[in-house]
Amino acid sequence: MIEDQLGRCVAFWYPGASGVTGAAKLSGGASQETWTFDIVHPGGNVGAILRRAPPGYGASPGRAAGLDAEATLMQLAHDAGLPSPRVMHVLKPEDELGAGFIMQRIEGETIARKILRDEQFAKARPILARQLGRVIAGIHGLPAGKSLRLREMTATKEIADLEREYRSFNWPRPVFELALRWLRERDPGPSKEVTLVHGDFRHGNLIIGPDGVRAVLDWELAHFGDPMEDLGWICVNSWRFGEIDKPVGGFGTREELFAGYEEAGRKVDPTRVMFWEVMGTLRWGIMCCGMMQRFRSGPDHSMERAMIGRRSSETEIDLLRLLAPRGK
Amino acid sequence: MQDEPTPTELIKAVADFFRNEIAAEIKGHNAFKLRVGINALDLVTRQLALEQGSDAAEAARLKQLLGMDGALIELNRALCEKIARGEVDLQTPGLAEHLWQTTLDKLAVDQPNYASYKRELGKP
Repeated sequence: MIEDQLGRCVAFWYPGASGVTGAAKLSGGASQETWTFDIVHPGGNVGAILRRAPPGYGASPGRAAGLDAEATLMQLAHDAGLPSPRVMHVLKPEDELGAGFIMQRIEGETIARKILRDEQFAKARPILARQLGRVIAGIHGLPAGKSLRLREMTATKEIADLEREYRSFNWPRPVFELALRWLRERDPGPSKEVTLVHGDFRHGNLIIGPDGVRAVLDWELAHFGDPMEDLGWICVNSWRFGEIDKPVGGFGTREELFAGYEEAGRKVDPTRVMFWEVMGTLRWGIMCCGMMQRFRSGPDHSMERAMIGRRSSETEIDLLRLLAPRGK
Repeated sequence: MQDEPTPTELIKAVADFFRNEIAAEIKGHNAFKLRVGINALDLVTRQLALEQGSDAAEAARLKQLLGMDGALIELNRALCEKIARGEVDLQTPGLAEHLWQTTLDKLAVDQPNYASYKRELGKP
């Protein structure tokens, strides 16, 4: 049925398209879905991705930028020459597919363990950190206007948000308290420069090929804020997948990441980056606790969510390694 | 008194059956879910084996640190309040050691293969 709807939709804006085939849902909760499909065309099929909130799910929750903003940001990134899929179509009410957009499908890998271990990425791994530094710098330089109506975040607001969420779980975690206290005491205040921040720049949201990074995905958490946040988030140990001595995604060094960033004409503040790495580690820990809450109270009563709750202790050991390292 | 086999023995038997007989026959997303399920059962057996000892030691450390008695969760709440108010911090004798030991004991149950944990235990 979705193939019929997509076929009708595609026929309006893709000249020569005769329908779609191979539609399959890649992921999705109740309010947001991702589908892959091929546009059937006499010149050869074209791979595409649908990202949508199904009909009846209009508003985006809490922190989310919203699918319209995601489409705009992705297109901005694409137009600026950053690795990003081209947005082919923003859904209209007459498409009867809900709200969202259709983009070009880019081949490659998003699964961290494969990127970090498979032979086909052996040449990509040593160059990735520097490449990603340049890409992040490009994102921070995008001309994203205030018309996008993204959240504006500061370190102070982020600490308050995390604290509120942690307190709502009503479960004592002394290591999280220590981290909150550490962050409050070292809050660097508002960033002198406020830029577009991707907000979730890490494994899973990056398509990697044997040649390096091919696309940045998932702008759901994009906002305006301290550009150093993105550099800190990709260094969080949770995204190293066991390669703990390579702080950038388990494949590179901070120095390489920073060098790529500065090559693109931007400045790194390593102290602020480290502050955001601590914030990010706590943030992932609190997100793990949140999954556990949704497992208990929400419709998604899955083992996976329940077990993610038991991963919050991973961030506690990582916080202690950052804040109270033991004598070596 | 409940009879044998113990919960640990039962869960282990089920987990081993899934691991050794079923896992090879399941494909796709359900194979992933089965692995998560086996991990959950293994976690439960680790908790059943380790929880009593680590909880008792944690409570003893907390009583010492806080100079008060109570249920483990209440002691943890009290410690949280003191940290939040800045009444204890990493300079407080015993606090860092307590947080480290408590966290290592959690990882021993939750994720004994986590790389940071193995590093702290001195394992390769």
